[in-house]
Order: sequence, then C-alpha cells, then structure tokens
Amino acid sequence: MASSNTPVKTDPETIMLEIKTHLRERAGDNAIIGPDTNITRDLGLDSLAIMDFIFDLEDSFDISIPMERIAEVQTLSDLTKTIAVLQKEAA
Amino acid sequence: MSSIFDKFAPLQEQHTALTALGRSPDQLQFEDIISPTEAMLNGKRTILMGTNNYLGMTFDEGAVNAAIEALKTQGTGTTGSRIANGSYNGHKALEEELAVFYGMRSAILFSTGYQANLGAIAALAGRDDYLLIDADSHASIYDACRLSDAQVIRFRHNDPVNLERKLKRLEGTSGSKLIVVESIYSMLGDMVPLKEFVEIKKKYGAYLLIDEAHSLGVLGQKGRGLCEREGVEGDIDFITGTFSKSIGTVGGFLVSNLPGLGIVRFVSRPYMFTASPPPSVVASARKTLAKIAGATDLRKKLWDNATQLYTGLQQAGFELGPTISPIVAIRLSDPEKAIGLWNGLLDAGVYTNLALPPATPFGWYLLRSSISAAHTTEQIALAIEVCTRIGRELGLITLSNSKRADKTAQQGNGAAQLNGDLQTRPCATSETESAVTPTTDDPAARV
Repeated sequence: MASSNTPVKTDPETIMLEIKTHLRERAGDNAIIGPDTNITRDLGLDSLAIMDFIFDLEDSFDISIPMERIAEVQTLSDLTKTIAVLQKEAA
Repeated sequence: MSSIFDKFAPLQEQHTALTALGRSPDQLQFEDIISPTEAMLNGKRTILMGTNNYLGMTFDEGAVNAAIEALKTQGTGTTGSRIANGSYNGHKALEEELAVFYGMRSAILFSTGYQANLGAIAALAGRDDYLLIDADSHASIYDACRLSDAQVIRFRHNDPVNLERKLKRLEGTSGSKLIVVESIYSMLGDMVPLKEFVEIKKKYGAYLLIDEAHSLGVLGQKGRGLCEREGVEGDIDFITGTFSKSIGTVGGFLVSNLPGLGIVRFVSRPYMFTASPPPSVVASARKTLAKIAGATDLRKKLWDNATQLYTGLQQAGFELGPTISPIVAIRLSDPEKAIGLWNGLLDAGVYTNLALPPATPFGWYLLRSSISAAHTTEQIALAIEVCTRIGRELGLITLSNSKRADKTAQQGNGAAQLNGDLQTRPCATSETESAVTPTTDDPAARV
C-alpha cells in the first residue's frame, strides 16, 4: 500500500522520467534511453546493477515489485506499464 | 549450423578465460583423501581449506563404522522415495532425533540441503502467499521461489528497514508472509541480524524460516546455530539445514514447532519425487548429530582457527569479509589476479574456492576459504604465509597495506570497521554459492 505522504507518480510520462533518472545513474549520461530501450540488452548493465536499480525504483515509487513481474519486463515502456499497474493495485 | 549449446557461448568464453590461466575448479580431481584437511591433488599433498567440513567429522570413527554396518545390513540404497517405497527405521529415528536436538515438535528429512530449502519453501508458500527473501540468498532459495506459486519479493541484504517497508506495503493482504534468511551467508561469512528480523516478523504477523546450513554445530553453546546463540529459538517458525557441512555427510532437513508440519510431506515435490537418503548416510548422520551438542571443544578450536586465519590474512593486508567466521573470503576486483592467486595457492598445496561474479556480492572476485576444527595451527600458518607471498608477488598487497592492517588490528575493531564499510554500500548480488552462474538465467537479469 502506498503511504499517504508519498508523492503519487501514476502518469506514464512521470514514471518513465523517474526510471530514466535511475538508469542514467548507472548507464551514464551518454546512454541512449528511450521507451523501446531493452534494459538488460542495450545498456550494458549486469544483473547486480539491475537488481539495485529495481530496489531504488521500489523506494522511489513506494511499491514492491515481485520477481515474477520483473521477469515480464524487457523495455522501458514495459517497466513503466508494470509500475503503473502496481501503483494502482497498491492504492 | 546452430547448436543447442550456442546460448552458452558467453559462459563458455568465461570458462575458457578461467582455464587459460591454469586450472578450472570443476576439473580438479583429488586422487586420495587423506584426512578431513588433506588430500592428494596431482600427486601433491594439499591442505583442504574450502570444503565446509567445519568440525572435521568426515572421518569420525563412530560415523564411519555406523555407515559400514548399515551398508551391510540394509544395503546400498532405498531405491525410491518414502512416499512410494516407505520409510526405513533410520529415517524416522533421525527425524525424531533432529526434533529433540532443536527442541521442536517435528522434523522432515530431505535427501540434500538444496532439496530441503527447495521442498520446504515451495511447499510452505503457496498461491496467494508472499515470500520475502534476502537479495543474497543461496541458489536453493531462489530456485524454491521459482517452484513456489507465491509472489516473491526481495529485500536488500541483511536490511531490516527494507524488509519492514515491504511488509508494511502488504498490510491488508490475506496471504501468509514467509520471510527467508540465512544464519551465515556462504560467500562472505556475514550473519543475519536475527533479533531485528524476529522483532519485525512478530510485528507484522509473518513467518520466519532460517537456513542454518553454515551454523549447525558451529554457533551456540549446544551447536544449534544462530537461533540458539541469539536466544530466539522460541520465535523461529522453521529451520532448514544440511548434513553436508558440519555433519560430514549428505542430506537436509526442515524442523518446526508448529503443529501440522507433516502435511508438507504430501505437497513438497522435492520430498515426494526423489529417492530418500540411503541407510549408510542416515546412520552416519545420526552418529554425528548425537555428538554435536557435546562438541564444545571442537567449536572452540574451530573459532580459534577462524580467528587465526582471519587476523593473519587481515594483518597481511588482504581485504576480507565483514566479520570473523569459519568462512574467510579474500575480496578482489581483478579477475586475472584472483585466478592467479587461486592457482598459486594450489601450486603451493593449498586448496580454496574461487567464486566469480555474478554469484558474488558487489561483483567481487572471491577467494573463499572455510576453516575446520581439524586444521592444525601449523596448517593455517602455512596457508597464511603462502597466501601472503603470492599476494605480494601479484601486487595484491603491499607493505603499506600490511602496516595499515596492523594498525587496524591493534585498534581491535578491524572487523567492525569493515562491517561498517560494507553496510554503507548498496547490496547487489543473487543466487550465491555457484562459482560460475550463467547471467542469462539470473532472475534479476530478466528485466
């Protein structure tokens, strides 16, 4: 459940912007990051960096992302949709 | 033409690089096992410092004789599962002895420690339930999650605050919440802050399962593990463990004080659909388990040995895990030097484990050793000396490293400082204790 004092970021654009910010911290300023970017294949992030990225997203959006949901995600667009759905479920 | 093995090309490349510098861990072949701490490797007498044989029980006379007797009287194997073929007396007796040892209501025997985690966790957490696992969990716990129908949520390694946040988000949901932790984590030898986790599980009405694989016989006055040492046994719902470390054979178990545990036998596929432990294994496990509570002198020797190895390597200037424990891991960042150190030690007659990312915390290359009560002071001193010499030759440690480590040791809080250093860093690992893990099969990599 989202806590009442946490900013709710449910619109896709805001969610994607937040994801990009976290990805840039890991992939670097020069990385090309768009909706169709494949997060594991295109950005050179290893599995450990990805896991830490997920932990940061969970804190940022105040949601828990179950492992089976992570398994369904490939692109930034997929991840945006998953986070939006999880936020709605938690509301 | 494509091959079914093409997908393993990156892993094959990694393996080739490893072997190009010498040997590969999977190709080592011991010609003779001389004792719990020595074996012959390529004609060379080698000190074993990576076998998890914590109490040195593999050659215990009573255990060996019991196994021989069971072989002669009951045969070489059970040839099937207990559900299909029935139980032998030894299976039931060992389960009763485990329950008495832990002071719990009941126990279930599994064929390996891996299967104990797989079978217990996957059975206990079903559809609509939630599994909350530490990010640094052993592969058996990750695999249990794949087998379970529960939702799986990871929390940062040894981080009670992160766990609590996740439990709080689950308030109002109806399924059971099962938290899974390990007493001693197998790569660095760090321990779960168990009392804090117990407080959280009580606050949120969750269940707590602890894997005591590396702490059975090692921690606690009576050797019952971290739960005993921390005085929280009454608050633990499930304990899993293995016979393949301090007990010196093979097999695993689940114990619990909760009524109704027996039904797990009928929903746990890793229990139902595999052969039960053979009589000789059960006989030796029973003999050794019976000695654990009274093995106070062995435990003292084990911890003295662990302290000797840890402080010796620390004073030499190596960077180690966060705390003194029977698992002592040298942390390295250069793969070639890590492989070089591992090979150099083998050349000098010291066997350790080489662990590579992504199976290691923080992407480190680890030279992992596990100490035994059966090691002599001289064997450990020799290992430290050899390791220091090769470490200097490879440029892994310098005299200035050594001086700094000496200063830290004199302050008496070296381990605590290292611990603080580790805990301020983000956690990032998964499926530990497999030396070479295919990255393509890592759940975290599937984003």
